Amino acid sequence: MLDKILNLGQNPKMNFDRIKEKLNILADAAKYDVSCSSSGSNRKNTGKGLGDSSGMGICHSYTEDGRCVSLLKILLTNHCIFDCAYCVTRKSNDVKRAAFKVQEVVDLTISFYRRNYIEGLFLSSGIFKDADYTMERLIQVAKKLRLEENFNGYIHLKSIPGASDELMREAGLYADRLSVNIEIPTKSGLKLLAPDKNHEDFLKPMKKVKNEIMQYKQESRLIKSTPKYAPAGQSTQMIVGASGESDRDIMYSANYFYKKFDMKRVYYSGYVPVTTDPRLPSIGSEVPVLRESRLYQTDWLLRFYGFDVRELLNQDFLNLEMDIDPKLSWALRNRHLFPVDINTAEQQMLLRVPGIGVRSVGKIMQARKFRRLNWEHLKRIGIASNRAKYFITCSPGEVALKDSSSEHLKQIILNNSASKFRKTFSSQLSLF
Amino acid sequence: MRKVALVYDGTLEGFLTCLFTAYEEKLEVQDISPEGEAVGMLFSGMEEVITDFVKSGRVWKALKKKSSEATLKQIKWAFLSEKKGIENTLFLMIQYIFSETNPVDGDYSHPAVLEVAQTARKVSREKHRMEAFVRFRLTKDNIYFAAIEPDFNVLPLIKNHFKNRYADQYWIIYDLKRKFGLHYDLSVVKFISLDLDPSIGISGGSAAYFDEKELEFQRLWKEYFESVNIKSRANSKLHLQHLPKRYWKYLTEKNLLML
Repeated sequence: MLDKILNLGQNPKMNFDRIKEKLNILADAAKYDVSCSSSGSNRKNTGKGLGDSSGMGICHSYTEDGRCVSLLKILLTNHCIFDCAYCVTRKSNDVKRAAFKVQEVVDLTISFYRRNYIEGLFLSSGIFKDADYTMERLIQVAKKLRLEENFNGYIHLKSIPGASDELMREAGLYADRLSVNIEIPTKSGLKLLAPDKNHEDFLKPMKKVKNEIMQYKQESRLIKSTPKYAPAGQSTQMIVGASGESDRDIMYSANYFYKKFDMKRVYYSGYVPVTTDPRLPSIGSEVPVLRESRLYQTDWLLRFYGFDVRELLNQDFLNLEMDIDPKLSWALRNRHLFPVDINTAEQQMLLRVPGIGVRSVGKIMQARKFRRLNWEHLKRIGIASNRAKYFITCSPGEVALKDSSSEHLKQIILNNSASKFRKTFSSQLSLF
Repeated sequence: MRKVALVYDGTLEGFLTCLFTAYEEKLEVQDISPEGEAVGMLFSGMEEVITDFVKSGRVWKALKKKSSEATLKQIKWAFLSEKKGIENTLFLMIQYIFSETNPVDGDYSHPAVLEVAQTARKVSREKHRMEAFVRFRLTKDNIYFAAIEPDFNVLPLIKNHFKNRYADQYWIIYDLKRKFGLHYDLSVVKFISLDLDPSIGISGGSAAYFDEKELEFQRLWKEYFESVNIKSRANSKLHLQHLPKRYWKYLTEKNLLML
């Protein structure tokens, strides 16, 4: 019965004006979810269907705030029974409400995909009636796309906090990725800002998805035809700067999710003020984009550079330095480990040198098999020598700036580099 | 050794035949360039090399023995850059590979090896951009049509991507600069050459050629694009870094006037 109501007007002549209005409302409400990843899946187009998500992710456009547009990211509806202070869709907020029909989302996705506008669909929703009812509608969209449209593009579904295990199991059969946004990194913050939500409700679908993925991996080793289960894994998001949390709080939470739930990604979203609620930063306060960026750099150091989170943030070091990147910051606190010889140092150590990225490390490891590398080689390989030069040597006889203090070295490096954030510093500094 | 400048037909096979000729006739090659771009060299004669698939095949086979798959791909891709003088750099790299007993194709401290890798990377970036920025428009005869003008000759490289993805729709991607295109007819992709009316353009949806609903979908897409922007995070520098202005001509969301 309910299906009938929601699918009313199946394959309609699209009413473009009406759809345009809904799209405006429901895309606008979905944009605070920062994930746009369309990579990491392995869904091949085998049956001459539409779409393929076996390659790397593609950004088909970029918004004027510089973010990637990869998926059609919309809410099914912005009607919501919850009243989370940080959320633009909260019950008490006076905004226009709208709801897509299941078929409308399917038609939009297909029409956009065929024109190469998008890699697929990212469908989230306000919670209407209850968690399971909402989750069921999301699954319907994905199921229709897969089974009726033979669609192999990327589908990212939001796991609704509190949704039942059976529904989470079904969701993973059609979606490439599932995510639950934890939003507030600390339990106390959650209590304050989203009193109707329960910390456990977030973790429950995460646990279910993690277990299903593990089970799928084991089974598919034995039986090739095991149906895919969320091949691009799960991700989550935390809002930064809404509840007075420290960088350590955020990164320790992130680390917990990576380790405990095998998250593919944790996203950090600088809080965009959407309310006059006294518990939150007021409307017009600046979005903490620089802090967000430093958190992402830290996230990369954990995932690709072999750092342990405790090396970067700890009891004595609660917040990241804003004026330099976290790797340089770490190196300046650990001068006793440097300089390292570029021709003999272990790969693990090269990765820890400020100004040398993963790609350059790869090239250095290759190139040094053939000859001793000198500064000219390194420059051409593309390392950022303005930072790296204080931490490496090319021959045993060389001396790096050993004597100067870390503070002094930091000043030298800052004076010799033009950070894209310089403008942000000066405006932030002028506050004091 | 005889000093010569070699001219070839612009194909990879032609270029490989040049290498074969250089080794066979023990030439001191001063320059290799495609027809039309060759410039006379002081003190050396200009010689035209006729493409020979047997010879080019032998060079490729020899190369395969001494380099990795990744390097072979880099060589092909760097070649497609059509960058002036890239043939000479490729020649230096391949000479270096042949001259050493051990594989040296990963020796990024050698200038030619590094340049080929870096050029291939540029081509790869352009390939990726075309995969991202191609915008199909549905024509009246039910073909999804896109026109492009890529910096490098990437059409051969994006063929499989689009074939795998759009297996159930007719489509054409046409390179306006090089005057050839890809056409998929639900079973195979063929290279085609068309006499296009210039008014078909890269964007827009003129009623003469396109489906009556085409513009409506373009408007929906633009509506979407504008709705997802977060104004308080405006960052035009980053926007331009990801989306250099020369690519805007492809993008419906950047061109369409909302009426």
